[in-house]
Amino acid sequence: MDYRTVLTTCTYCGCGCNFFLEVLDGKAVGTIPCKTSPVNEGKLCIKGWNVHEFIHNEKRLKKPLLRKNGKLEEASWDEALDFTAARLKEIKEKSGPDSIGFLTSAKVTNEENYVLQKFARAAVNTNNVDHCARL
Amino acid sequence: MIDSIKDKVKELLETGEIQGFLGLVRKNGHIAPHLFQKGEELRDMSLGDNIIAGDSRYPLNKYLMNIAKAYPEETFGVLVRGCDDRGLQALYTWNQLNPKKVLAVGITCPQDLADACECLQPYPENITAGDCAKAGAQKSVAAIDALVLSERFSYWMDEFVKCIKCYGCSNICPMCFCNECSLKCDDLVKSGELPPEIPVFHHTRAMHMVGRCVDCGLCEEACPSGIPLRTLYKKVGSIMDDKFDFKTGMIRGQRSPLNKIDSTEGKK
Repeated sequence: MDYRTVLTTCTYCGCGCNFFLEVLDGKAVGTIPCKTSPVNEGKLCIKGWNVHEFIHNEKRLKKPLLRKNGKLEEASWDEALDFTAARLKEIKEKSGPDSIGFLTSAKVTNEENYVLQKFARAAVNTNNVDHCARL
Repeated sequence: MIDSIKDKVKELLETGEIQGFLGLVRKNGHIAPHLFQKGEELRDMSLGDNIIAGDSRYPLNKYLMNIAKAYPEETFGVLVRGCDDRGLQALYTWNQLNPKKVLAVGITCPQDLADACECLQPYPENITAGDCAKAGAQKSVAAIDALVLSERFSYWMDEFVKCIKCYGCSNICPMCFCNECSLKCDDLVKSGELPPEIPVFHHTRAMHMVGRCVDCGLCEEACPSGIPLRTLYKKVGSIMDDKFDFKTGMIRGQRSPLNKIDSTEGKK
């Protein structure tokens, strides 16, 4: 018997609500909003309340996929990164840096967002950075 | 008070009387529900008082139901205040927990918490630690009842319109255990509409709290819009008391008038 309440932060938006995932024998079975969190004070929105439901979903993306012959196939990280880097370079050389745009996410950390905009501006030389806040 | 609880739980775990104790722990700077299985874990136990008494209460009975469903043969201990104890008694009558498999360890609430909650019984039946406070004065329902009908109606409509339909009131509720929820039935409550149809949405939930609400107040604490749900359900409770002489969970084994099937009824 293994019952744990695991403190974590909501991945749905940038508010940063804290909750405990109720984990019974390795499976997340519930979400418990954290009352001592200064961010959400024991409250959540409907998405936060149901956040445990996607964890074990079979449709979750766990490995990189590459489209080969019109079909998405699993690929290694090295293969996926090599492909992406090569295509970005090719597009930049052919059509210029402003032909490329970057969409970042509210579901990642501040630092990860910083890294992406830095990559867009310093490595690719474009200010085309936008964000998925229109959830 | 906490030392008496720790001693009691340690004894229960060591004698093997219980396989685990569902209580609260202070970890990562927060107070969290926790299943204690070893004596040494008790060092960081909490009773749910962070800044003020009872500000970090959680519906432990609700989590106990999840664990008990997976391990129906095991006996578990659970930390209870007056409201949790009433909840346990009611859950037994609704066959959601087996009283033979639950061992409640009771604490009392201090007077300031009893007053803030307007709690009718701020202590469990069996007390392991603490002194009994007096029942809190009933003010919130009386204040709204004192308004004339049109003002009372506007008061509630102005509150209900703030609803963001997070279902937090139902998700946190230790007495919400139905497999199918009317509030999630598409024919009754249209999905994708905000606020939900008022006052029907809130009245539907209030009706379902009849004979069930144990007045723990966790719904109001979980409401992001600050709707005074506790006052609404206190009113429901007071009607049950007036009309049926029934207070949920106060008398052991007493079933709600709505949880009785009269065996002679069908034969008439």
